[in-house]
Amino acid sequence: MSTYLGMPSIPVYGTGNLHASESFPKAAHRELGNAQLRANLGHATHTIRDKRIAVVSELPDWEQLRDAGSAIKESVMARLPELLEQFEKTFTARGGVIHWARDATEANEIVAGLIRETGETEVVKIKSMATQEIGLNEYLEEQGIAAFETDLAELIVQLDHDKPSHILVPAIHKNRSQVRDIFLREMEGVDPDLTNEPARLAGAARAHLRRKFLTAKVAVSGANFALADSGTLAVVESEGNGRMCLTLPETLITVMGVEKLLPTWQDLEVFMQLLPRSSTGERMNPYTSLWTGVTEGDGPQNVHLVLLDNGRSAALADEKGRSALHCIRCSACMNVCPVYERTGGHAYGSTYPGPIGAILSPLMTGIQAEENNSLPYASSLCGACYDACPVKINIPDILVHLRSVDVDSKRGKKKIPTQMDVGMNAASWALSSGKRLGLLEKGLPLGRLAAGPDKKITKLPGIAAGWTQSRDIPAPPSQSFRDWWKKEHRTPEPDAAPAASQDQENQP
Amino acid sequence: MSAREEILERIRTALKDSPVAPEIPREYRAASQLDEEALIELLVDRLIDYKAQVSVVDNAEVPARIAELLADAGSYVVPTGLDAGWLTGLELEHDSRRRQDSAAAPLSVAELDGIDAVVTGSAVAVAETGTIILDGSPNQGRRAITLVPDHHICIVKTTDITGILPEAMRRIDGTRPLTMISGPSATSDIELERVEGVHGPRKLDVIIAR
Repeated sequence: MSTYLGMPSIPVYGTGNLHASESFPKAAHRELGNAQLRANLGHATHTIRDKRIAVVSELPDWEQLRDAGSAIKESVMARLPELLEQFEKTFTARGGVIHWARDATEANEIVAGLIRETGETEVVKIKSMATQEIGLNEYLEEQGIAAFETDLAELIVQLDHDKPSHILVPAIHKNRSQVRDIFLREMEGVDPDLTNEPARLAGAARAHLRRKFLTAKVAVSGANFALADSGTLAVVESEGNGRMCLTLPETLITVMGVEKLLPTWQDLEVFMQLLPRSSTGERMNPYTSLWTGVTEGDGPQNVHLVLLDNGRSAALADEKGRSALHCIRCSACMNVCPVYERTGGHAYGSTYPGPIGAILSPLMTGIQAEENNSLPYASSLCGACYDACPVKINIPDILVHLRSVDVDSKRGKKKIPTQMDVGMNAASWALSSGKRLGLLEKGLPLGRLAAGPDKKITKLPGIAAGWTQSRDIPAPPSQSFRDWWKKEHRTPEPDAAPAASQDQENQP
Repeated sequence: MSAREEILERIRTALKDSPVAPEIPREYRAASQLDEEALIELLVDRLIDYKAQVSVVDNAEVPARIAELLADAGSYVVPTGLDAGWLTGLELEHDSRRRQDSAAAPLSVAELDGIDAVVTGSAVAVAETGTIILDGSPNQGRRAITLVPDHHICIVKTTDITGILPEAMRRIDGTRPLTMISGPSATSDIELERVEGVHGPRKLDVIIAR
């Protein structure tokens, strides 16, 4: 366990599965080579986009719900210490036990300790991003405890010894035939005539996990929401594996990030409308379970909650980035993202892929952690994620902010200026005055010369070579727009303002 | 410093710019304007969309309808607080197939696994989303009984149907053990297409009683 002396120095970053271990461009390049992956992702993301749009359009007050959701989350962040203390009181008063974990290691140790106290060596698990983030399954395995994932997609990933690639549908990168092949290969006692029909595959998962559910003594879960005023926890799911884990075992251990709180019961009516429509594109998900501590005679009698920081306080300390913590893990942003659609989730390295991952991961780990500084650039800044976000996180703004944090973090580190520094300085000189730009534009015919008779520049030198690696630059025009404008407007309108001076006024 | 103190201290330090908690704009709908017939129609439509089976019957016909739905069940369980009137169908009165469950005298998980069906009431329903909320009241019983048997027969009184979610949430006590059910167990995990029937009851029959 980490030991700390005296006052904490802020920020303290998160650990665990939050890092890209290779840069995004490199990982994306490899993933893009997988045609099957792209076909699977294209099909799945387009299916869900259509469903989401259909159910979102049904609600006349969708924008009002988003506004409320956004304000509630902003309020939670502003009042977080007070709400955490309130939640601790209400949850404890109903028989729950709270544990606090500074980082991934501490959370893993707490969970393993609680399981050991029960004397069990097997646990059933509900899909949870928090336990993915801290690498709980791997840690438990080292400790001799077997954790069985019970969500269908998590089961597919676990059986295939693969990694999740999507926060809602971890096996989104697999199609039905691949799933059948994994089941035939890895699932004990599976029907050898199993087809690739999704209903048959779901049936196979039911049969495979039934005995585990009925005999499990300990379950581990995440939580979608926690209500400060009542001490209530909520899990939103589809298959009933969540209900099995939350209802049948004697001991329930929930791991939840500190940012998941909502102030009051009333706030839940907003989020239970926003989340299902944004995530699976359903009016409501099949099952939602809510529990408040221990209920005598109904459900687990030992109820624990591990409250996890692991870099959330660091994200909160970034005034321009803290709204990333408003995320309710619906995955709408990745489903609409043109980058995610092509590269898939593995390219992002972290547990949190897609647009939200590209801001959340570096905010939680610090921009300088491993390759996480490449993530804020994994976007065309088209803004589709912002439009889709049910709590209106301005992801493009935070991406740009983090790019500047990245540039600033490198400033002054190298003595010799890089090509990028030289280029940016030159651009700064040229673009700060219309006259200078005009002077440079006199060089356009040189570009035409370089383009040659086929009117294409196919290879640029230095770092600009990256641009021409996969596309040509058309030959520049023989004159600049400003020269053309001047000529066009010289006569018969002698009083037209000269273009150059007008441009100067528009310069920042 | 304990982990608790340290995390709270980190968060307080992170908020040293003292952000102001905004007013929450609650301009979203708080109620629907539908009459009872429209509510029933909408709820039926949404339940069928989620592949639940629905029947709308008069109160007096509920016992017969339950008996009909249980015709093929080798065994079924009811919570002890289930409206006795609902089980007055001739074939149900002294039914040897029937088991009772309560928090005081619960059936084991293994016993529940051997039972084919479950009959319960419900706390409140939401027409717009096709959602039925169970709150563990005596007519709905422990959460396990509506989970382990493969066939759930759920009775919804028309007076318990609300139009939209906020109306329903305002009628229930959030600290009870709650289960919100919208159709039978389902998954969208394979190619994001919804398939009914995974771990929860694969068959959901809703009887709307007026």
